[in-house]
Amino acid sequence: MSFASHDSATRQSQGEAITAEEVAASGAVADEDAARYALILGDDALMLAQRLSAWISRAPELEEDVALGNIALDLLGHARFLLTYAGTAWHRTEDDLAYFRDEEEFRSCRLVEQENGDFGRTIARQLIVSIFQHEVYSRLVHSTDETLAAIADKALKEVAYHQDHAIQWTLRLGLGTEESARRLQAGLDELWASVEELFIDVDPIPRLASVAVAPSTLREPTMARLGEIIEQAGLRVPEVGGSFGADRSGRFSEHRGHILAEMQVLARRHPGATW
Amino acid sequence: MPHPSTAQDSHAAPLRLADASDADAAAEEAEAGQARFDELIAEDSRIEPRDWMPADYRKSLARQISQHAHSEIIGMQPEGNWITRAPSLKRKAILMAKVQDEAGHGLYLYSAAETLGTARETFYDQLYTGRAKYSSIFNYPARTWADIGAIGWLVDGAAITNQVPLCRASYGPYGRAMVRVCKEESFHQRQGWEILHTLSHGTAEQHRMAQDAVDRFYGPALQMFGPPDTDSPNSQQSMAWNIKRFTNDELRQRFVDMIVPQAEALGLTLPDPELAWNEERGHYDFGELDWDEFFAVLKGQGPLSSQRLEHYRRARDEGAWVREAAAAYARRQAAAEPIGA
Ligand SMILES: [Fe+2]
Ligand SMILES: [Fe+2]
Repeated sequence: MSFASHDSATRQSQGEAITAEEVAASGAVADEDAARYALILGDDALMLAQRLSAWISRAPELEEDVALGNIALDLLGHARFLLTYAGTAWHRTEDDLAYFRDEEEFRSCRLVEQENGDFGRTIARQLIVSIFQHEVYSRLVHSTDETLAAIADKALKEVAYHQDHAIQWTLRLGLGTEESARRLQAGLDELWASVEELFIDVDPIPRLASVAVAPSTLREPTMARLGEIIEQAGLRVPEVGGSFGADRSGRFSEHRGHILAEMQVLARRHPGATW
Repeated sequence: MPHPSTAQDSHAAPLRLADASDADAAAEEAEAGQARFDELIAEDSRIEPRDWMPADYRKSLARQISQHAHSEIIGMQPEGNWITRAPSLKRKAILMAKVQDEAGHGLYLYSAAETLGTARETFYDQLYTGRAKYSSIFNYPARTWADIGAIGWLVDGAAITNQVPLCRASYGPYGRAMVRVCKEESFHQRQGWEILHTLSHGTAEQHRMAQDAVDRFYGPALQMFGPPDTDSPNSQQSMAWNIKRFTNDELRQRFVDMIVPQAEALGLTLPDPELAWNEERGHYDFGELDWDEFFAVLKGQGPLSSQRLEHYRRARDEGAWVREAAAAYARRQAAAEPIGA
């Protein structure tokens, strides 16, 4: 039995579990470019899972400990099968990639690396990322790369729930009290400069026409959807330009090093060990 | 009707007038209720929220169930401490799912406790102000990754030993919550055992880590069953009410008998030189536990007692504006909804 299929009454996501083991067992081998694309998606999911998991036992309501835990767990699942698939190109496991790559080898965007901040800021980040990921996965299901298409199919159902969760909270906070509206607006304002990086067609995406979803094509639908929800919540779409260095390289992020230092500390202290 | 109608009056004689006869009626009803309650307990049936029940039964259950819920909630902290550092993605996912399960257990249990007529907020408040108790073991630190294994194997293991009989507790909502909880706890225990098994059979350093964790958690895990029977004044009443089915010492013995062979299979030792099979009793003998430590931790002197409470309080405090916003939004939505829609 896989861990993800265990009968938990608190699991809320509708997506069926796909495990990294299934991806590995399928025998599919990613080519170099597809693998590097999978890392982009996988690293975003991994970093956000890592950030969100820090909410567990700290959420404003017990129900939110469960909900944020669910979302983090889904994202970690996505990261696991994306990194597993990427690793097939280089004979590396998901854990080799997660625990033994250095800062500059990760391809996450700065938005997912941002600190949680207060609940308003976390929800602002969830809103942006979940809407963006929904745009990605709803197109990636048509990828000519069968493994990526299958992964997208599974991830899409879960991301739809994440999006729903984020929208509900955006409305609650935006239309709740003065304080909640102010905090959510502040979260959006602080994060907005990092949004642009989501839409950059970094290498190797331009070479992956039928395999990848070009992020530049998602700018318009993502921004339209975001604008609609933000307005519905009585808030303003921030007028902040994208910050310099939107290339997912890690050369322009101070957070990435801290996230990895924490995440990798034990695994690196025992190289080669089994857990 | 001569007086404001309540559920009890609605089937009472309409001509009753004076306070005295009200008191008589209440006494009569209590007597009938007690008789029915005694009958249900005697035939080992279930008491449901709408049934009449003695005030002490209600109070004692509310305390027990809410303490149990608090334990699930505070118990998220020691394990939550390792989520961001779990040494493999698979272990991270399993741990995250586990801690999230514990939050779910807290939810079912608070819901069960609420059926006794106390609002959940009151229970939260009792924990927040430090008036409520929770399982002492969570006041110990989870320092190493092996502690995650030891907690799963020993702490969830002790919890199952305690909770399986509670599935038959006389109070329906509690028993039913326990059925759901136990299913997940046994999963947790197996996962903990697997972590320790892997460590025990890994590098020398991993093996040492596993042994150290078991050495530290063994005593406090055995104390999870509560003080010795001679020192446990409430147990008799709880057993008479069919809430508790076995005494603390019986459950502790059952647990020791279960974990000794499991420890052998792990290739780890249990830190008790007096642990030995007693042919005559058909059980393992084990040494005296440090009850001074137990009572000190129970009184709030656990190594991390104040840290756990502070963590809980901070989360409540920092979330207050979110809860207010959600409530304000819900009120606004309800007001906007046309009546009867
Ligand atoms: Fe639990
Ligand atoms: Fe558990």
